[in-house]
Amino acid sequence: MKPRNTLFTLARRVLAVSLVALIFAVNGGVAFAAEEAAVAPAGETAIAPVGQPAPVLTEESYPLLGGGSSRVKVWIVAQLHLFFAAFVLGVPIFVLVIEGIGMATGDKRYDAMAKEFIKISMVAFSFTATLGGILLFLLAMLYPDFTVYSLKIFRPILIAYALLFFGESLCLYIYYYGWEAMSSGFGKWVHLTVGLLLNAAGMTLMVLSNSWATFMMAPSGVTPDGAFLGDVWAVMHGPLWNPINLHRFIANIAYGGSIVGAYAAYKFLTAKAPEEKAHYDWMGYTANFIAVVGLLPLPFAGYWLTKELYAYSQQMGITLMGGIFAWLFIIQALLIGAIFLGANYYLWLGLVRVPGGEAYRKAIGWMATVLLVCFLVWFTPHTIIMTSSEIKALGGAHHPVLGALGVMSAKNTAVNIMILTTFLAFLLYQRAGKIPKVGWARGGNAALAALFAAGAANIVTLGIYGYYIPANIRIGLSVPQVFTTLFVIAAASLINGVMYRGASETGPTRWGDMPARSQYALFLLAVSFTWLMGLMGYVRSGIRQHWHVYTVFRDYSPDAFTPTLGYAANVVSVTVLIFMAMVIFIFWLDNFSRKKAAHK
Amino acid sequence: MKTLAQILAFSLMVVGGYSWFSNSIPQLRAEPPSEESVSLEGMTMESFVALGQTIFEGKGTCPLCHNAVGHRAPLLVEAGSDGPPVAARAPSRLADGRYHGTASKPEEYLRESMVSPSAFVVEGFGKPGTGDSVSPMPDVSAGSIKLSPVEIDAVIAYMQSAAGVDITVPLPTEAVETAESAPADEGAVKDMGALAEKYECKLCHIVPGVDMAGEAPDMGPDLNGLKRYAKGAPDKLPLREYLRLSIVEPNRHVAQGFEPDTMPPDFADRMRVSELDLAVESLARAAEGGK
Ligand code: HEC
Ligand code: HEC
Ligand code: HEM
Repeated sequence: MKPRNTLFTLARRVLAVSLVALIFAVNGGVAFAAEEAAVAPAGETAIAPVGQPAPVLTEESYPLLGGGSSRVKVWIVAQLHLFFAAFVLGVPIFVLVIEGIGMATGDKRYDAMAKEFIKISMVAFSFTATLGGILLFLLAMLYPDFTVYSLKIFRPILIAYALLFFGESLCLYIYYYGWEAMSSGFGKWVHLTVGLLLNAAGMTLMVLSNSWATFMMAPSGVTPDGAFLGDVWAVMHGPLWNPINLHRFIANIAYGGSIVGAYAAYKFLTAKAPEEKAHYDWMGYTANFIAVVGLLPLPFAGYWLTKELYAYSQQMGITLMGGIFAWLFIIQALLIGAIFLGANYYLWLGLVRVPGGEAYRKAIGWMATVLLVCFLVWFTPHTIIMTSSEIKALGGAHHPVLGALGVMSAKNTAVNIMILTTFLAFLLYQRAGKIPKVGWARGGNAALAALFAAGAANIVTLGIYGYYIPANIRIGLSVPQVFTTLFVIAAASLINGVMYRGASETGPTRWGDMPARSQYALFLLAVSFTWLMGLMGYVRSGIRQHWHVYTVFRDYSPDAFTPTLGYAANVVSVTVLIFMAMVIFIFWLDNFSRKKAAHK
Repeated sequence: MKTLAQILAFSLMVVGGYSWFSNSIPQLRAEPPSEESVSLEGMTMESFVALGQTIFEGKGTCPLCHNAVGHRAPLLVEAGSDGPPVAARAPSRLADGRYHGTASKPEEYLRESMVSPSAFVVEGFGKPGTGDSVSPMPDVSAGSIKLSPVEIDAVIAYMQSAAGVDITVPLPTEAVETAESAPADEGAVKDMGALAEKYECKLCHIVPGVDMAGEAPDMGPDLNGLKRYAKGAPDKLPLREYLRLSIVEPNRHVAQGFEPDTMPPDFADRMRVSELDLAVESLARAAEGGK
């Protein structure tokens, strides 16, 4: 079977597996709680605390280590750790899926590609662990009181974390080194099971460590002055935990895809032999596909997170979307715009390699225009953000003001249309070079066109309607918009799938027949994804402002201020560059070991 | 190699572009709100109202929600679609059938609105899905805002003054302040001479600006010599930082030519905060060439 034909099957399976993993992720913590303990938000409880209140510190409580700001040190190391962690979590998920596809279709290329993917994540795995160790060391050195405070609360989780990490390493080694030994018959099933265990351990690790971050943003299970109430489950299961679990889970898959895409692009550009070029072109295409499948649901997960954030604390929500961080979301829009455009651009160029793809190239101009308009709408929200002096005048330095979610109507609309357009690009690519056999093909096409038109009209109408209703009702409108998008995607896939079943082809896909600039779109994707992650990692922590743990444990260090966005962006850039250097090193190692192998 | 260089150049360009864009938008750095308690010395009603305004706009973060742009909360200090300023409309809140708080006077309503906002939720502003029974406003005496009772009074005074109604909150008295702050500062000395006497710095050091009664102790370094740190102290610490650490953790950096463990290590426990500040400030000034 041709890989291109199976990609939609792949998409379905990615989604199915994701769902299972997700259910697991969301419930993963249950094991730690014998009974479903009620969530106890700070302050709404009569239970006597078992811990000490969060300490009150002075600047002297923060030891210094060499020159420079302690915060920046921890920031960079934590972010690097997260980059690698996200990568080594995301890759095994789709490796498992690809291995399964290879097994189901009997196409050896899938199996080889899956193994190549996991090989890349082996070195990344040890980097993750090392960086995690450095992070813990730095925290203990530079923020001793905070570290002791959190360790006291999270002690049982930490033990589980260490055990899981050990289990994950074990699974990964068996999975990788046992690939050949368990390559057929029952052995292959055992191998798949190890892969599943690997993912289970990884996901559980992620949700455990997410709870540390979400506890710091929206603490639960402690008294208003930070004394631990004795129930770790209540601490973990805070209001933002599951939204972050979901958002990160999806983002990690997309992120993993984008990095593997960059790897394939690099290999493609340096490959000499046509077979090699074809292989890496196909790999790049698959990786990009995975990245986009992950990208499409991300905005929805993002909005859920925002909604829970407002519900937890309106003050925090407004500070985020309308206060000092408002401009950050303009940067975010720029990045996501770059990612969407890059992914689409790659798909459009991909039409070259499909005989008969030319027929659809007319559509590209239109789709590019739609994307651009959406991007601009998103980029310039209607309550245009003010200058810093206006912000100061309205709300004082720490808490400037904005008509926050007022912009969401337009933004939601733009995002949904962007998603539909990207999906359309996939659909066209899928159809390129094929002639449907069914008699109702014309009707089917008309139905598809009508579906897209009606969907877009519905989304835009809802968006406009949003301007006429109060803010707190408006946020609810995003739900029907999302459902419209999901419905169009599902229905169109179905119609198109049935219509093209058994379609005849005008010729085989010419893998490897791609212009070099298409590969730069893959690099753009990888770099932008990494940068976006760094930026959002910053806002996740920045939103706490002058608190270690929001509202309960104040930050008394000299770094308690909120830096300017430019400064934060520079730190993110430096971190991304370090990460890239490390990744290039990994790729180089890989090449190096191959050369050695070739010599033997 | 050429390909790699091209890829690198491209990636650098992208990263640089993002950094450039982020630096080209309005830049704002936010300092954490100060934790220092307000000085009530010589407070008049006018300055109390001004203090209230500062807290309202700064530490209290009230305009974050209460502003004319976002429609997230009713306007408080100006008249608008929500009626006259809040201190003027307070009586009508108390008369409202939905009111279920415990306040009986407008001033009490304002205070109650700040510390238990759900006692009365202005129509249309409740948390979504609660039918205006739960307010999204935080208790400003707790959480991340944490105003003291005196600060809350100051904000009330400001809201009353902005509405042009009588200011009914009493001026805070000295008694309130001393009752709160006395234990912390009891018996603290107020000048460097007395401090050097009380903690016996004079036994080991020549202390600048202090009458040494003809003595020149040499157990510890001559503190006039701190001048050499004015441009940068050991460990690259700022001067005051360094002095503070030298006093509370003497062994952290042992001055050249002297023995560790000579200077008492327990000043951190024995000295009052204000005394430590006094010593640091006085030594720093001397080092910087002041008096
Ligand atoms: C996170 C947003 C938020 C912040 C911050 C906030 N408020 Fe509010 N406030 C509201 C909302 C929403 C209402 C309307 C619902 C209600 O009545 O509780 C309100 C209502 C009030 C009312 C009653 C208004 C009326 O018309 O009866 C007063 C008084 C008030 N706030 C004072 C303050 C003061 C003073 C501060 C700063 C110290 C402050 N608020 C900070 C959101 C906020
Ligand atoms: C028992 C003797 C003793 C007493 C009492 C004492 N010191 Fe010291 N002090 C020393 C010695 C010895 C050193 C040098 C060794 C070191 O740095 O620990 C020193 C160092 C210092 C330094 C750092 C000087 C430098 O150049 O690094 C400062 C500042 C200082 N003392 C201030 C004080 C103050 C203020 C007091 C009173 C509150 C005080 N000392 C009381 C013995 C004393
Ligand atoms: C098109 C929409 C979006 C995309 C493509 C996107 C993408 C990403 C990516 C790639 C990450 C890094 C994930 C990780 O660390 O594992 C991330 C994290 C994050 N996103 Fe989004 N996001 C989107 C929308 C949103 C929205 C609307 C919000 C709401 C405020 C949001 C808030 C966050 C936060 C707080 C994080 C940090 C999570 C963490 O690392 O702890 N995102 N996002």
